[in-house]
Amino acid sequence: MDLRELYQDLIVDHNKRPRNFGKLDDTTYFAEGFNPLCGDQITVYLYVDDEQVTKVQFEGEGCAISTASASMMTEILTGKTIAEADALFGLFHRVLIGEKELDDETTDQLGKLAVLTGVRAYPSRVKCATLAWHTCQGALHKKQDAISTE
Amino acid sequence: MTSAVVSSVAVNAGEVTAWRADFPILQTQVHGKPLVYLDNGATTQKPQVVIDTVSRYYQSTNSNIHRGVHHLSEVATVDYENARATIRRFIGAASDKEVILTSGTTESINLVANSWGLDNLKTGDEVLVTEMEHHSNIVPWQMVTQRTGAALKVIPINDAGEISLEDVRELLTERTKFVAISHLSNALGTINPVKEVIELAHRAGALVLVDGAQAIAHTPVEVAELDCDFYAFSGHKIFGPTGIGVLYGKQALLEAMPPWQGGGDMIRIVRFDGSQWNDLPYKFEAGTPNIAGAIGLGAALDYVTAIGIDKIAAHETVLLDYAQQQLATIPGLTPIGTAKHKASIASFVVKHVHAHDLGTILDSEGIAIRAGHHCAMPVMEHFGVAATARASFAFYNTLEEVDQLILGLNKAVEMFG
Ligand SMILES: Cc1ncc(COP(=O)(O)O)c(C=O)c1O
Repeated sequence: MDLRELYQDLIVDHNKRPRNFGKLDDTTYFAEGFNPLCGDQITVYLYVDDEQVTKVQFEGEGCAISTASASMMTEILTGKTIAEADALFGLFHRVLIGEKELDDETTDQLGKLAVLTGVRAYPSRVKCATLAWHTCQGALHKKQDAISTE
Repeated sequence: MTSAVVSSVAVNAGEVTAWRADFPILQTQVHGKPLVYLDNGATTQKPQVVIDTVSRYYQSTNSNIHRGVHHLSEVATVDYENARATIRRFIGAASDKEVILTSGTTESINLVANSWGLDNLKTGDEVLVTEMEHHSNIVPWQMVTQRTGAALKVIPINDAGEISLEDVRELLTERTKFVAISHLSNALGTINPVKEVIELAHRAGALVLVDGAQAIAHTPVEVAELDCDFYAFSGHKIFGPTGIGVLYGKQALLEAMPPWQGGGDMIRIVRFDGSQWNDLPYKFEAGTPNIAGAIGLGAALDYVTAIGIDKIAAHETVLLDYAQQQLATIPGLTPIGTAKHKASIASFVVKHVHAHDLGTILDSEGIAIRAGHHCAMPVMEHFGVAATARASFAFYNTLEEVDQLILGLNKAVEMFG
């Protein structure tokens, strides 16, 4: 079991210096997400202009995997359309839960996110990697209830 | 740091080695490394004698109890009732009638909340719990106070994770009808002054339930001496099977309480115009119980008695003292729970390393700890953390295992530092 597969440098770096961290005051959508298993909690803020995500920020507290995933998400989703964001989350999620194989094409499509696929070997940690994404989906599609990974 | 146990029964390394040999799972390798099991607060491992007792029951005496005239049923009934007597002796109860077998601490507490609580609480009454309770000693009281119109009041903790008897005195009024308090906190390791609390509560006219889920395997428990009204614990936290637990209750109280669940075994006569309840303890044991679990728990308690709970406590005090001393050397580590009276549990947070990541990194070294809120979210809130890492010890743990834990933690700090 190689921990470096899970905690790749990019993850450690995003955990140490999360990008786009903090409350976004001028926001079109935001949602709060919660992982009842561990108490991790995150808020994702989005500014969407004509179906296009122009700004994403987050705040909250979580483990290295969930913080890095949130931080990377804010970078990756900036500039994407809502449809593109949905598609990327769908792919990422299917890979993490083992529904989709991580072949070269998929790795390509995931881009930077591919560093998070190490969690596939740690089933209890998959929810950490998807918390920010679930929360973002909830914000974009205006789910009313608090977002939960359960 | 002192333990609640005054006796200092010396334990030598050879004895610990012999105890370890009784637990087959301790030979397991995890990720190619020897298992270092420090999650005893969640559940304890089982000695061979418990495993054998349970499997012998299924192999040679499996049968339903209290209802067969045939040989196997008679044997199983005797074994089941002998287990009850073993439990009675272990906790120092006066009679087998005071020992109700349940599925665990959670069910034991729910039984009291529903049977005693619904029958006795009303608007204007108050139930006291402490801020350090496990969710299973909060939520049933929330549910029953909501239904009855009674109020739930909280005995606060200080930053060491202790309650003060001053606060208890102040909160106890003529409105207080019930106090529910843990003997040993699963999130903090605090040993509560339950004897003093019980005395104060009784003087105020309130009953007391002690949640002994954690205490039972780490400190001597004598219910008669404590004078508690109810004492709840789970078999799986004292080297017995899961799905079996105990509710001790004073006989007079149990006699006056209505049954909680209805079904077979808990009745004497059933007629459509009204049924008659069975005697204690059966009134509270509806349906076919966990027979294998009860017999297994009896074997576990016999095993603990043979070693000696004083000896166990003495060894664990050495372990915990050493662990806390060594943990203090980890850069950025803050202990959560620094009560003067503690046992078996070291909870902590490490700057820049989330408890989950600590858990995963330690796991890769074969070390099992718990990371999370430990079903004690109010405690997490008190200390302003989302989660803690918790190493919890049993008598089969060694100083070398503490060293392994410290090595693993240093590795985690290095990785994220
Ligand atoms: C202090 C305390 N109370 C109650 C419980 C609940 O025990 P069980 O889940 O076995 O019913 C636990 C278990 O973690 C505990 O530590």
